[in-house]
Amino acid sequence: MSHATTLRWRADKAARFESRAATCEAPAIKWVLVTASLAFFTLFLLMPLAAVFVEAFAKGWRTCIAALSDPDALSAVRLTLIAAAISVPLNLVFGVAAAWSIAKFEFRGKHVLITLIDLPFSVSPVIAGLIYVLVFGAQGWLGSWLSDHDIKIIFAVPGIVLATVFVTFPFVARELIPVMQAQGREEEEAAVVLGANGWQTFRHVTLPNIKWGLLYGVILTNARAMGEFGAVSVVSGHIRGLTNTLPLHVEILYSEYQFSAAFAAASLLAALALVTLCIKTWVEHRAARAWDNTGTITS
Amino acid sequence: MSIQVRNINKQFGAHTALDDIRLDFHTGELVALLGPSGCGKTTLLRVIAGLEQADSGQVILDGKDASATHVREREVGFVFQHYALFRHMTVFDNVAFGLRMKPRGQRPTERQIDEKVGQLLGLVQLEWLAKRFPSQLSGGQRQRIALARALAVEPRVLLLDEPFGALDAKVRKELRRWLRKLHDELHITSIFVTHDQEEALEVADRVVLMDHGHVEQIGTPEEVYRHPATPFVYGFLGSVNLFHGRMDGESVRVGDNLLPHPPGEYPDGARVMAFARPHELEIVVDPMATSGVSARVGRVLSFGGSARVELDGTHDADGQHFEVELARSRADELALTEGQPVRLVPSRLKVFEHKAEA
Repeated sequence: MSHATTLRWRADKAARFESRAATCEAPAIKWVLVTASLAFFTLFLLMPLAAVFVEAFAKGWRTCIAALSDPDALSAVRLTLIAAAISVPLNLVFGVAAAWSIAKFEFRGKHVLITLIDLPFSVSPVIAGLIYVLVFGAQGWLGSWLSDHDIKIIFAVPGIVLATVFVTFPFVARELIPVMQAQGREEEEAAVVLGANGWQTFRHVTLPNIKWGLLYGVILTNARAMGEFGAVSVVSGHIRGLTNTLPLHVEILYSEYQFSAAFAAASLLAALALVTLCIKTWVEHRAARAWDNTGTITS
Repeated sequence: MSIQVRNINKQFGAHTALDDIRLDFHTGELVALLGPSGCGKTTLLRVIAGLEQADSGQVILDGKDASATHVREREVGFVFQHYALFRHMTVFDNVAFGLRMKPRGQRPTERQIDEKVGQLLGLVQLEWLAKRFPSQLSGGQRQRIALARALAVEPRVLLLDEPFGALDAKVRKELRRWLRKLHDELHITSIFVTHDQEEALEVADRVVLMDHGHVEQIGTPEEVYRHPATPFVYGFLGSVNLFHGRMDGESVRVGDNLLPHPPGEYPDGARVMAFARPHELEIVVDPMATSGVSARVGRVLSFGGSARVELDGTHDADGQHFEVELARSRADELALTEGQPVRLVPSRLKVFEHKAEA
């Protein structure tokens, strides 16, 4: 929501900027910039995306369907969905809690919390995976205790979920913090003075105000959860039909020279990305509209 | 309901926001907390509401210590400077909010809520806006809705934080009068915070003047305006002309100039600050006059029924600026020109002993 609204404001401003002769750039500069960036994005983003679908259907749609209905592929899809289904709600709860505490309270260690939230962005996903191996792996700190109790985390589904939660943690919190900070505490204070308890205040005042930002964060979390490769690759062990997620499945197929099948699975991920993009654009649009309706807080 | 504030202290880091505040608010009274920004008035209001916790001291509501009572249970109505309306709810839902949040047993039925909200919107004369969203209202309308919302839960006290601060001058004046009328109808104990002395003097039954976390003076608007207790109060309640000097018989001596003032208040030779309001200074054009301070006419601004003259002090009052207000007809009679040397003679002086800055 924060991105969405600032983009919209800037668009308005840019239009005004453009219309003035005094602040307008030479047309040549404008065209060079626009053409260069369009060409760049076409070459590096659009063409590969198109290539995925072309390759997927290169040997006909039957091969494609066959590759996708392979039991290993299906199990990879299932595992990807499970990982997303667990990590998205977890991030939703902890993201809201973290954003709430940062935006609405003053406390010692606030900066530490902000830094921690950003950690998954700054650390390479491979390292995130290795951390979990180090802690929960057979040779790890808790390894012997876990094997004594017959609990499997690494090379099993729990490890994949943990790794996914780690890499997706910042999305919801990062989205919500600016939104909550911009809104301040007055509406919540008003609700409490009027007799609302904590849950009622959250449910009737806070949540409606952040819902678009929250949805935006959830969509990004979901996209990342389903697409994550690095961290998951380290903890997964690549056991076919058991611990393979869709991105890992693509890699295995590709390294076995099954190009069509690899691209068929990849096209599934790409399609997911496109759907995400559509929903994201729609949410941004709604968020900007909601903001326009309610944005004039002080006037 | 009466409110007593007992020895309230509040510290924000190294800044003392409230320093041992003791105040009584009587049932049914409308009191203004008046002071410059940062004087602690808003903090005091929030402490009374329970939105802020005092470091020490008590808030007594209706004779009972409410210091440990949660905001929710204090039964206060609070109106925020920036309205704090729920932006995703219609005006109707905003006003109904307090009623709908009541515990199940006490919650009125939707029909009762409907009736009550209609009544309140009638009270603030905005029934026709029930289905609008806050963003579709003007500032003045939003503030009236905020007031209706606060009144919906039938609070025992109404607290208003700079209720007209964010509005333009004309709307502010209208709302001021409207608030006074509303209070006369409802008689609910009300405290409002303002930095606008005109607003405080015009609306309130009593005015509490605050500065730097202290209470400087409490009294009716008449009392505080006529008999300011401290130089701060005098200066805050209107435009002033200030003279530094010493008591000297029946005058205040400012350098070589003498300003007439009845003796007895302070001993001869005492260092004093003497204040006069712009309308309490007389302009004497006679070059032979000896009384008053010498000054030179600067700009003459005359519109409406009165004229304002800005003057620069000369000789002993060099570097000082004065402001005189007089009837338009009198200004025409004097026919002042820019740069003309004149003398200023106060018809009334308010004298305070000059104390070393604490």
